[in-house]
Amino acid sequence: MIDWLLEPLRHEFNQRALLAALMIGLTNGYASAFVVLKKSALKVGSLSHALLPGIAVAILVAGFQDWSVFLGALFAALLIGLGSLAVSRGSRIDQDSALAILYTAAFSGGIILLRRLQVAQEMDEWLFGNIMGMRDADLWTNFWISLGALGLLTALHRPLLMSLFDAEVAATLGVPVRFLNYLLLAILIVVLISSLQAVGCMLALGLLVTPAATIYLLTDSTNTLFWGGSLLGGISAASAVFIGWWLNLEQGPTIVLLLGAIFLLAFVFSPKYGLIRHLVSKPTNSTTNIQ
Amino acid sequence: MTHETHDSCAHCDRHHELVVENLDVRYRAVRALEDVSFSTSCGSCVALIGPNGAGKSTLLKAIAGLLPLENGRILWRGSRVGKWSREIAYLPQREDVDWKFPITVRGVVRMGRYPNVGWWRPFSKADDAAVDKALEVMGLMELENRQISQLSGGQQQRVFLARAIAQEAHAFLLDEPFTGLDRTSKAALATLLRDLASEGRLVVASHHDLDTVKDIYDEVLLLKRRKIASGPVSAIFTEANLNKAFGSLAGVGRGVA
Repeated sequence: MIDWLLEPLRHEFNQRALLAALMIGLTNGYASAFVVLKKSALKVGSLSHALLPGIAVAILVAGFQDWSVFLGALFAALLIGLGSLAVSRGSRIDQDSALAILYTAAFSGGIILLRRLQVAQEMDEWLFGNIMGMRDADLWTNFWISLGALGLLTALHRPLLMSLFDAEVAATLGVPVRFLNYLLLAILIVVLISSLQAVGCMLALGLLVTPAATIYLLTDSTNTLFWGGSLLGGISAASAVFIGWWLNLEQGPTIVLLLGAIFLLAFVFSPKYGLIRHLVSKPTNSTTNIQ
Repeated sequence: MTHETHDSCAHCDRHHELVVENLDVRYRAVRALEDVSFSTSCGSCVALIGPNGAGKSTLLKAIAGLLPLENGRILWRGSRVGKWSREIAYLPQREDVDWKFPITVRGVVRMGRYPNVGWWRPFSKADDAAVDKALEVMGLMELENRQISQLSGGQQQRVFLARAIAQEAHAFLLDEPFTGLDRTSKAALATLLRDLASEGRLVVASHHDLDTVKDIYDEVLLLKRRKIASGPVSAIFTEANLNKAFGSLAGVGRGVA
């Protein structure tokens, strides 16, 4: 039995995949609490799609290198984020619409460009990742991004939470709200990039939203939300590596699918905020819904 | 600010003044406030009265340092109000707050200590004591571990007040604090605001129920983008002034309790 459980770890690529899954899961899970509290899943989703054209242009300009891919992705996300801000400020189009226009256009360009570039990676790998193909450099990138993001987010926990709860009140207490907003977005983009190799730019969003969203259905404590999201992300990602191996499924999508399944369970069965509880106690809830 | 810190000035001979001079504020092309000047001092309970869109919230936010001023200046205790001041607390409208946010009553009140503890510093005994005291004054000790959506409207308003007290604020700026409260909570909140003022704090609140102004406030600022009138309720809160602010609808507004 033990042998069977540990069998996948006899392969080095599985060991690497497990290590990557743990780091990515923990970091994304922790950061996902900010995405959920900021209610910015849509925005982060747009930015995750913006990574692809950035990578394509970077490969075209500087060739396929770790730093060029990283910088290209970062630059494209920033460009599209700031571009949407410029469009919304300079016209009557709202920022969500502007973001949608810019990222879909850029994403299309990225696909057309990537198909014509001579790189070893298949299109599927960019879109859905390949956690079995983690190289040393990928693992190290993951490690440093995880360390940096977790460190910064933990250090700025107090002022970040205050500005997410009520930006105006936070500002009147001396919290540098605008600066923290930009910093948080920058950290989230870097975290997205870190999971690119493992789950691809289509699925990275799932890792950066679902863990804390699931815990959000189970708790009212911010600390539980953060560490619970982190644990759920780490454990799910690690389990998915095994499950994927045993069932012969692609491991990247398995991570996100598993997270989605756990979310569904919480959505239905959460003792406090679940669907069943909601249906059972409908009469008393109706007044709070109106507010 | 260079003033020594204290949260109430009942013990002072001299009164601290809030002075607004020739204030212009605009949102993009829209002028929200035009040439507004008035002054008041701590110990007062001031009602901001005016029709919707008159600039009541804008004025409160401007005093709190949240909006850029196009013209004019705001002085608190003789110095210009910057982006923020520990002595000035801003309490937003209840409907603007995300009540589902996973935070407890105590968690919100602890935010008031941020000017003291900053980004990282752990809470000292004095910080915890200030939070305890604020919870106690507002009668929230039993509720301190509740998530904030599980409170009544009156309790939610008291949580904000407790945060401002924990902040050791001297001036309280409240945006429509009575909106959506039941009658008992309204009476209780009125008493709390009166108490804060009589302890030497300055209370400025936007208010739209014209029937209760006289019972709660001692000063009034009538606003309709420009100042209509300001001063003691007895002198300023007159039919003629109300007509200027609300037009012919003043009578209708008064009928709505």
